[in-house]
Amino acid sequence: MDFISMAKLENTQITARCQAKFAERLQVGGEPHGLLTLTARAEDILEVLEFLKTDPELSFGFLTDITAVHYPELDKPFCVVYHLHSWANRSRIRIKAFIDGKHPVIASATALWDGANWMERETYDFYGIRFAGHPDLRRILNVDDMEAFPMRKEFPLEDPNRVDKKDYFFGR
Amino acid sequence: MSDSISKMPNNSPVFVDNDPQDELITLNIGPTHPATHGVFQNVVQMDGERIVSGVSTIGYIHRAFEKIAEHRAYYQITTLTDRLNYCSSPINNMGYHMTVEKLLGIEIPKRVQYMRVVVMELARIADHIICNGILGVDTGTFAGFIPMMIKREFIYEIFEEICGARLTTNIGRIGGFERDFNEIAFAKTQQFLEEFPAILEEFQTLLDRNRIFIERTSGVAAVTPEAALSYSWTGPNLRSTGVDYDVRAVDPYSSYEEFDFEVAVGTRGDVYDRYMVRNNEMWESLKIIRQAMDKIAKEPKGIFHADVPDFYLPPKEQTYNNMEALIYHFKIVMGELDAPKDELYHAVEGANGELGFYLISDGGRSPYRLHFRRPSFVNYQMFAPMCAGMLLSDAIINLSSLNVIAGELDA
Amino acid sequence: MSEITLAKAPPGLEGAGFFATKIDQVIGLARANSLWPLPFATSCCGIEFMATMAATYDAGRFGMERNSFSPRQADMMMVMGTIAKKMAPVVRQVYSQMAEPRWVIAVGACASSGGIFDTYSVLQGIDEIIPVDVYVPGCPPRPEAILDGVMRLQDIVRNESLNRRQTPEYRALLEKYGFHFNG
Repeated sequence: MDFISMAKLENTQITARCQAKFAERLQVGGEPHGLLTLTARAEDILEVLEFLKTDPELSFGFLTDITAVHYPELDKPFCVVYHLHSWANRSRIRIKAFIDGKHPVIASATALWDGANWMERETYDFYGIRFAGHPDLRRILNVDDMEAFPMRKEFPLEDPNRVDKKDYFFGR
Repeated sequence: MSDSISKMPNNSPVFVDNDPQDELITLNIGPTHPATHGVFQNVVQMDGERIVSGVSTIGYIHRAFEKIAEHRAYYQITTLTDRLNYCSSPINNMGYHMTVEKLLGIEIPKRVQYMRVVVMELARIADHIICNGILGVDTGTFAGFIPMMIKREFIYEIFEEICGARLTTNIGRIGGFERDFNEIAFAKTQQFLEEFPAILEEFQTLLDRNRIFIERTSGVAAVTPEAALSYSWTGPNLRSTGVDYDVRAVDPYSSYEEFDFEVAVGTRGDVYDRYMVRNNEMWESLKIIRQAMDKIAKEPKGIFHADVPDFYLPPKEQTYNNMEALIYHFKIVMGELDAPKDELYHAVEGANGELGFYLISDGGRSPYRLHFRRPSFVNYQMFAPMCAGMLLSDAIINLSSLNVIAGELDA
Repeated sequence: MSEITLAKAPPGLEGAGFFATKIDQVIGLARANSLWPLPFATSCCGIEFMATMAATYDAGRFGMERNSFSPRQADMMMVMGTIAKKMAPVVRQVYSQMAEPRWVIAVGACASSGGIFDTYSVLQGIDEIIPVDVYVPGCPPRPEAILDGVMRLQDIVRNESLNRRQTPEYRALLEKYGFHFNG
């Protein structure tokens, strides 16, 4: 049971170290439920991720997840969310980067982690966010010739062409 | 030959310029194939029996869970989580409930936490029974699979006593369980703890030192820890390479910090190590279930949910007499929970690795965004690169040992 | 005492050393008791099928001993699990590769009607693309329900006329689904 008593890096230390390096380019978004959330600019994201991964004190070496969220009412409606995990320091961190809606582009993290490959393909498939530098950016879960990006808020859930499910009977 | 490659539905750059003398064969494995345990397709280029390169295609069972979750009330999403890793549905259910409880700030009583541990470990055993049993089938022996499946039916009987369903269990509610475990459930769990070790011993006697099995699996698809970490592997696959990351140990949830168990690790990351890690995990799960049953016996009887009338349905009889109960019942069923505007990430140790739930709530009846961090999805991306240079039969065994569940792969 | 009864022989003329009956009765009996399934298992229902094939429920008793993943050698296709629109062409192709006589069982709510997944990416029932003989509802159906579906299909198979596959009604049914015959 020793792993429980291992020293845990505090969020304040992480914030201090990040702000020493990046100053205003990295904003602290808060600590919802103890998970430090930082917001970076889309141009800086690769630098931020590389710093978090390679810095010997922080060493967020494990990429847990990459995903995105769509906020249609914001100027920059797409928010790419990275979850990293530092096993040595037993802490997790969340990085967000807001990007533009008309041409959503952000650098690909495949340069740092091989595992980012499919995670970014899934995010592209759902939201249409292009990851610059990705070796093989194409759809992964939906049919290859689909044109729309289904997880965007304006895309409907049900297939409008289905013949046997009359909305009238389902209370819609 | 190269023309037929360019007409493949997935225009991946991998196959381009790979075969100037047109000597390689393109073979399509899947999506409907007996050896792929689920619907995923691999188009491989082969030089005789050896695979030169491969491209994976998934999405053949994409059911748009995350989109559906944005349109359903919180308690309705549990039925979706069942269908993620359907071999061990209770783990998904519990993980989701814990995420929502974290969002709503609900404290779960100890007895309920121990009951959850019992259910989750039984589900883990059920998943590993299938994975190791089918690995046996793929290497040529049905003899190990059948007795293990009989015990797995017994696990289904225990789930039926608890929640009424065998496979897609929808176990538990936000706040606890829908009913207490009755005497039969406890008795059957005890019986399982007494009878299963003999079957697992027999299974291990069949395969552990079996010359044929060792020749098929030892040294096949060995993975270094650095490669596994770079590909964000978790679960038994990662542990077989020697890295002891287990969410139950590193980020304990549902009172796992009170239990005494070991995290099984392998050394070489090959198929044999993955098989052994899963076997050892089954032994550890049995240990955990025994400890949990002892702990439940020490807790005051009859507590099976948290005392949160805002989020947990009142007993039905009360809604006929009691005004508050009626109002709570109406609000909860209509989905009018007072959920705070918040975002959180909660991870549990699924049977295949770290199963994460990223939930963003905007105060409405449905989540604003619910993303499942699915271990099978993340683990499977290494399969095509891993297969380069392998014999076809080794690649099939490799796929079988990764334990990729199609529901969790595509969501 | 045991509840096991012997199967009833079809109506016919019996004598010393011979039994005369109609040929489609005999063939129906033979076909019904040796239906080789093509387990088209995609998701959760596939795991219940695995349980049906295993020792506790044992579909081998019904003659389904040899699961053929090759459509050429299978009699019935059991579609078990959600069929996404990406998978639909594969289902059609596998069905078209099966040789007559062939039957289809749609196991589970997803294969019958799309199930709980009323979404843009899921086919709302495989009967939109291939003709189905038996639907087994459930999510997932219990192994007993799957076996019940097989037994319903056995009734259909036992009573099917030998000429059914050449009749204009059957041809019209396949034409409706887009499977054309030449000649």
